[in-house]
Amino acid sequence: MIRGWTAVYLRELFILRRRLAKLIPSWSVSPLLYLIAFGYAVGRHVAVGNHSYLEFLIPGLVAMASMTQAFAISSEINIARFYWYIFDEFQSAPISNLAYVLGEVLAGMTRAFLAGLVILILGACFGVVLSYNPLFWAALLLNSFVFASLAVGCAMNVRSHADQTLLTNFIITPMAFLGGTFFPLSQLPGWGQNLLQLLPLTHAAHAVRAAAFNDPAQAVDYLVLTGVGCLCFLFAILSVNRAKA
Amino acid sequence: MTHPIIEVANLTKQFGSLAALSGVSFQVGGGEIYAYLGPNGAGKTTTIRILTSLTRRDGGEVRLNGYDIEKNPLECKAQFGLVPQHTNLDADLSVKENLLIHGLLHRMERRAITRRTGELLEYMEMSDRLQTVVKKLSGGLKRRLLIARALMHAPKILFMDEPTVGLDPAIRRSIWGFIKKIRNDGATIFLTTHYIEEAEVLADRVAFLDAGKMVAEDTSANLMAAIGQWAVDYLEESRLRTAYFKSREEAGDYILTRASGCTVRRVNLEDAFISMTGRKIS
Ligand SMILES: Nc1ncnc2c1ncn2[C@@H]1O[C@H](COP(=O)(O)OP(=O)(O)OP(=O)(O)O)[C@@H](O)[C@H]1O
Ligand SMILES: [Mg+2]
Repeated sequence: MIRGWTAVYLRELFILRRRLAKLIPSWSVSPLLYLIAFGYAVGRHVAVGNHSYLEFLIPGLVAMASMTQAFAISSEINIARFYWYIFDEFQSAPISNLAYVLGEVLAGMTRAFLAGLVILILGACFGVVLSYNPLFWAALLLNSFVFASLAVGCAMNVRSHADQTLLTNFIITPMAFLGGTFFPLSQLPGWGQNLLQLLPLTHAAHAVRAAAFNDPAQAVDYLVLTGVGCLCFLFAILSVNRAKA
Repeated sequence: MTHPIIEVANLTKQFGSLAALSGVSFQVGGGEIYAYLGPNGAGKTTTIRILTSLTRRDGGEVRLNGYDIEKNPLECKAQFGLVPQHTNLDADLSVKENLLIHGLLHRMERRAITRRTGELLEYMEMSDRLQTVVKKLSGGLKRRLLIARALMHAPKILFMDEPTVGLDPAIRRSIWGFIKKIRNDGATIFLTTHYIEEAEVLADRVAFLDAGKMVAEDTSANLMAAIGQWAVDYLEESRLRTAYFKSREEAGDYILTRASGCTVRRVNLEDAFISMTGRKIS
């Protein structure tokens, strides 16, 4: 059932490798601006709990970057589909929808992993090194699994590349700012906190941060990410046939 | 026709209110070159896309090498290679990488992929381009790579959608050479074209498609013989008209009855198409 996923994944890796020299700087720009503007300039004398704001910010940025970069796989898929017609090459090959989705999702997760790594290196440059333990990586990977799967599902359903950009604007960007990345949710009124608990990124940011601070992990974060991830993955598989005319 | 390897019965496809295909049926035998001719919008690409599982059909049956497209979709996909109308190579990857990905998609082993890559590039006379990034290849080389990619997994059937479109005459002829070579090595070839000469030179049998319907299907010799051997083009009321004749003598006699501005030539497939549909192919 999953044979052939390596072809899909390897193709994305080839493209990633060719573009890495451009991607790494582009992944660094906005986190660097956030670190300077919020972390360094504004937040220097602000503490959140026992941690400096800079320490608070870095796990949030990791969660945010892994989300946006995992979701960015949707643009790659759309470009391959609408401009290069490469999607046809996969569709006419004897591989299952599962194999196709798996290959693309893993590609999204790989991008997310690398983008997260870039943030950790930037953080280290600002003198912040937290605890990057297995739970930290597990939360990061689960988060990227959720958004890479969502990205593949969305890419299969949109009718043009412009529609895809709209999705990013309406779903990903708001989530990036509200999902517990830049400020602790406890600052919000109760209803606001409850509302934001519905966002997977909130759980990712919370889990990543707890692991990085060596605070006890909350199982619910991991369960929500796993559950939502599996639903999105299923959505992606079921959507592949919709991409045919 | 030998044992049929492509079997299509009653294929229909509707795009909104447009009937792209209305009840198309045909069979192609093993080792045949079958040309599918028709003007723009006739439904040639739609047929190929349905046969290669890229577009859903509304009705009808398709079997490739005995596998039903509905019941055995993956086996069906393993039977063919596809040269699409629009080049869909990975422009940023090298020739080698493009072929590698295709081989993996078709479950080939790495060693077999390396061997086949070498063979095919030699076959297509582009062995020196192994490491070249695809976007740096000329149009003719891209087409050749597209054909090589389709042949990677040694498919039984090769679908080619306008394989020589946009190429200069010399390169077109060299591609015809490759197509014959591929057939001689045992593959069945289904090709669409609106180049009359391409069908005449290559095809064992020709099908005429017009507005989603099959108008005729036979050897090109028979299709042409049905209207005659010789054609006389003449001007009448400032429109070019053509009359067809069984022999050169009859054509000559006819010319004598007309004033001037006549030309005599052999009948071609375009004439056969026009006489059946009232329309031109190209
Ligand atoms: N995805 C689509 N949506 C709507 N209409 C379509 C679609 N694909 C094809 N058509 C229409 O179906 C008809 C047949 O198109 P098709 O591409 O099969 O023609 P063709 O014979 O390959 O033409 P050409 O020689 O120009 O390549 C055309 O009228 C075309 O506009
Ligand atoms: Mg076409």
